[in-house]
Amino acid sequence: MQFPILSVIVFIPILSGLLILLMPGHRKDEIRVTALAASLIALGLSAWAYFAYDIQMGGYQFVEKYDWLPTLGISYSVGIDGINAPLVLLTGIVMFTGVLISWGIDDRPREFFAFLFILATGVFGVFVAQDLFMLFFFYEIAVFPMFLLIAIWGWKQTREYAAMKLTLYLFIGSVFSLVGALAMYFSSGLNTFDMQLLATANFSTNFQIFWFPFVFFGFAVLGGIFPFHNWSPDGHVAAPTAVSMFHAGVLMKLGAFAALRVGIMLLPEGAIYWRWLILGLATVNVVYGAFIALVQTDFKYVIGFSSVSHMGLVMLGFATLTREGLLGAGVQMFSHGVMTALFFAVVGMVYDRAHTRNIPELGGFSTRMPWVAIAFIVGGLVSMGMPGFSGFVAEFPIFMGVWRVMPIVAIIAAVSIVITAGYIIRITGQVFYGKVPEPLEHHNIGDVTVLDKVALGMLSAILIAIGVYPALMVPLVSSGVNLVLSLLGGA
Amino acid sequence: MDFIVNNLLTLILFSPLLVAILVVALPKSEPALIRWVAFIGSLAPLALSLVLWFQFQPGQVGFQFQEKALWYEAIGSSYHVGVDGLSITMVLLTTLLTPLCILASFNIKDRVRSFMGLFLMLETGMLGVFLSLDLLLFFVFWEIGLVPMYFLINQWGSEKGERKIWGGRTVSARNYASFKFMIYTMAGSLGLLLAIQMIGVVSGTFDLPVLFQQWTALDGSLFGLPIGTVKAIAFWAFVIAFAIKVPVWPFHTWLPDAHTEAPTAGSMILAGVLLKLGAYGFLRLVLPLYPEEARYYAGALALLATLAIIFGALAAYGQDDFKRLVAYSSVNHMGFVVLGIAAAAFASGTENAVIAMNGAVLQMFNHGLSAAGMFFLVGVIYDRLHTRDLREFGGLFPLIPVYGGILIFTSMASLGLPGLNGYVSEFLVVRGSWPIFTLFTALSTIGLFFTGAYVLKGVASLLHGPLNQRWIGHVTEINAREVFVIAPLMVLMLVIGVWPAWILDVINRAVTALFGA
Repeated sequence: MQFPILSVIVFIPILSGLLILLMPGHRKDEIRVTALAASLIALGLSAWAYFAYDIQMGGYQFVEKYDWLPTLGISYSVGIDGINAPLVLLTGIVMFTGVLISWGIDDRPREFFAFLFILATGVFGVFVAQDLFMLFFFYEIAVFPMFLLIAIWGWKQTREYAAMKLTLYLFIGSVFSLVGALAMYFSSGLNTFDMQLLATANFSTNFQIFWFPFVFFGFAVLGGIFPFHNWSPDGHVAAPTAVSMFHAGVLMKLGAFAALRVGIMLLPEGAIYWRWLILGLATVNVVYGAFIALVQTDFKYVIGFSSVSHMGLVMLGFATLTREGLLGAGVQMFSHGVMTALFFAVVGMVYDRAHTRNIPELGGFSTRMPWVAIAFIVGGLVSMGMPGFSGFVAEFPIFMGVWRVMPIVAIIAAVSIVITAGYIIRITGQVFYGKVPEPLEHHNIGDVTVLDKVALGMLSAILIAIGVYPALMVPLVSSGVNLVLSLLGGA
Repeated sequence: MDFIVNNLLTLILFSPLLVAILVVALPKSEPALIRWVAFIGSLAPLALSLVLWFQFQPGQVGFQFQEKALWYEAIGSSYHVGVDGLSITMVLLTTLLTPLCILASFNIKDRVRSFMGLFLMLETGMLGVFLSLDLLLFFVFWEIGLVPMYFLINQWGSEKGERKIWGGRTVSARNYASFKFMIYTMAGSLGLLLAIQMIGVVSGTFDLPVLFQQWTALDGSLFGLPIGTVKAIAFWAFVIAFAIKVPVWPFHTWLPDAHTEAPTAGSMILAGVLLKLGAYGFLRLVLPLYPEEARYYAGALALLATLAIIFGALAAYGQDDFKRLVAYSSVNHMGFVVLGIAAAAFASGTENAVIAMNGAVLQMFNHGLSAAGMFFLVGVIYDRLHTRDLREFGGLFPLIPVYGGILIFTSMASLGLPGLNGYVSEFLVVRGSWPIFTLFTALSTIGLFFTGAYVLKGVASLLHGPLNQRWIGHVTEINAREVFVIAPLMVLMLVIGVWPAWILDVINRAVTALFGA
C-alpha cells in the first residue's frame, strides 16, 4: 500500500492540536516546539506532494478512497490535481510561517495553537476532498475555530463584532451552498457525493442555471466577492496576526477554490450562463477594493481591502472560463496567499512595536527593522503586479483571458494596477521611511527575531522565485486547468 | 572563450545583478570596499559589451548573438535576447555610463551598500529592455527598472526642498518627485501592458521577429472593430507609454522634478539611458509593429517633437536652478530624436528617412554622453557650494579653471558645436527631416537658437561676470576621481565629433536594413 500522504497532511494538524491540548498550559516552550514540529512535517509533506505530482500524467493523484457511509453514498475520498496542489502547499507554508511569527504569543498559547491547527486540518481537508460531503464537513471545521481565534485573541476593540459578523456571513453562505449541493445529490440519482461521479451526472441546463448561483455565491462569500466582501476586512483587522495570515492567505482561497470545484466544475452550464454577472461583480471587487484601500488610514485595513481587490482578480479569472484566465486565477490564489500572509505578518510586527496601526502616526521603521521593510516592499511589488514577481505571472494571463471574453473589462480592471501602486508607495513611504514620529522615539523599537526573519525571508523568496521562473508552478496549474476546461466542453 | 561568446548577452544582462548581490553581501561597515567592488564589478559588463562590439558583424542583417530559452511557456513567452546595430549602441552606452555613475557616487555616505546594489540592479533592468526580443520580456525589464530608480530618488535624492500638494499638505520634494515619476510612468505603461496582452491574445506569441511578420499582416476585424481601429488604439497605447519616457511634450512634466531631485548618479543614468528606453521603444516596437499607423500619425508626432524642442529650450532658458536647466535641456534634445523618428516613419524606405533615423539613433547616444556629463558637472559644483541657484554663482572661472574648461567643453557638445558629437547627430536629423517635414524642421532649427541661449546662460552665470566673493576659499578645483568620470565622456564626444564613422557605420547598416528601401 502506498503511503497515505494526503491523509497524513490532513490529520497531522488536528492530532498535534489535540496533543498540544494535553500538554500542561504553563510549559509554553514545549507547546511551541511541538507546534513548530507539526507544522514543519505538514509543510514538508505538502511540498513533497507538490513536487512528486506527475504533470505528464495529470488527473487526480495520491488518491485515497474509503467508504464511510455507503448507503448514503458518502466516502472518505481525497486526491490532488494541478489546481489544489499549489493550495495545499500554500496552506503548509502559511501554517509554518504562522507558527514562526506567533512564537511570542503569551496568552494561552496552548489553546491558540490547538485551535489554529484544527483550522488547518479543515483547510487541508477542503482542498484535497473529492467527496462533496467531506468538503462541507471540513469547510465547517475551518470556519468554527476562526470564531474562537478572533473572539479570544483578536484586537480588543472589534473582536466580538468581527468574529460574529464573519461567522454569520460564512455560515449563511455555506447554507446556500449546501442546499445547492443537496439538490445535486438528489437530482443526479447516482446516490453519491463523489464529485468526480457527480461531474458526469449530466444535469439538465435549467437545473444548472437555477442552482449554480446558490453553490457559487455561497462559497464565493468566503472568497470575498462583492457585495459579500464586507466581513473580510473587519475579520482581517480583528484577528491576531497568525490568524489574519491564515484568514486572508488561505481561508479566502478556500471560498474561491470551492466555488470553482463545486460551482463551476459540477455545474458548467450554469457557469457559462452566469459568467457575465461574476465578471461584473469581480470587476467591481478589483477596482472598488483598490480605491477603498487607497483611502484607509489603518494599516491593516489597507491590506484587508487590498485582499478584496486581489481576490477579485481570482474571480475575474474564473469568470472568463478560458485557459489563460483559469491558469492565472490558479496562480493568483497561491501568489496572493503568500503575499497577503507576508503583509499581515509585517503589519503584526509593526503593530507589536508601535501599538498603533494609524498610518500617520507611524514612520521610519526601515531603520529599526530593515528586513521587515524589504519584505513589505517585495510584497508590495507583487501586489502592484510588478514583472519579476509572482503577481505579474498570475495577473497577466488573467487579463489575457479577460481580453478574450470582454476587452472593456480588461481596460477597466487595469486601472487597479495604478491605484495599487499608489497605496503601496504611500504606505511604504509613510510607515517605513521618513522620520520616526516623536512618541515612538521613546518606545525603543527593536528589530524582529530570527524566527520572524526566517518566515519573512521564506515568503519573499517564494514570491520572487515564481516571478522569475514561472515554470515552478505554471505547468502544474495548467494541467489542472485542462481538467476544468474538459468539463466546460472547451467553452 | 566559447562559453563567453555563446552566452554573451545573458552574461552582459545578468552580470550587474550578480555584482549587486555580491555588493549587498559585503559587510556594512566597509564602505570603501563596497564602492570599489561595485565599481570594478561594473567594469565586467563593460568589458563584455566591448567583446560584443568587436565580435558583432555590422554587415549581417538581422539579430545576432540570439539566445532563446523557455520562460513562460503557457502563454507563449520565452527568454529571447539578441542584438542588432540599434541595440548594440545602446548596450554600449549603458555599460559605459554605469561604471562612471558609480565612480561619481563615491561621495555617497549614507547606506552605500543599498545604493550600489540598486544601481547595479537598475543596469540589469535597462540592459534587459535593449536586449529583449520578446514583447513580454521587454515589458518585464521595462517595468522592473522603475523600482530601483524610485528608491534612488526617494532615498538618496536632494534633501532640501518641499512641495505643496493637493490638499494643502507639504511633502519633501524628493518624495513628490519619486512618487510622480513612478505613478506617471506606471500609468503610462498601463496602455502598453493592455496592448501587449491584446497582441498576445490575438497572436498567441510574444516573440518579436514573429510578431513583426504576423501582427503587421493581420487583417479582418477584432473584438467587433475593424482591425485598423484596433491597431490605431494599440499604436497610441504604445506611443503614450514611450512618449512619457522620452519624454515628448506634453508628457514631460515628471522629468524636471525627477532629474532635479535625483542624486547626481541617478540624474546621469536617468538622462543618459532611461530616456533612451522610450526612444528605443519607438525604434524597436512602434515602427516595426505599426508601420502604417506610424506613417499616418507621423505628422502629429513631429509636431509634438517640434514643440518639445522649442518649449524645452525656452523652459530651460527660464530656469534659475542649474540642474533644472539641464533637465529641461533633455526635453529639448530628445525632441530631435523624436523628430528624426517621426520623419523616418513618414517616409520609410527613402534615403531621407535613413539619414533622419541615423541622426536620431546617434543623437540618442550623444545625448547620453552629454546629458550624463552635464548632470555630473552640476553635481560637482553642488557638492562644493551646496546651491544650484545660478544667481548665486558668478565669475568662478578664475577659481576653478579646469572645471570651467570641462564645463565649457561639455556645454558646447550639448549645444551642437561643429567638431563635437552633438553637431553630427543634430545635423543628420535636420538634413533627413527637412525634405519630409520642412516646416517642423525649420521651426526646430529655431529651437536650436534657444538651445544656444540657455547653454550660454548657464555657462555665463556660473563662470563669468563679477565674482561672488562668498565662494572665495570655499570652492575647490575638480578632483582626480571626478576627472576620471568625465574624461571618457569628453574623449567620446570629441571622437564622435571628429570621426563619427566608427559608430555611424554600425547604426547605418541596421537602420538601412530596417527602414531603408
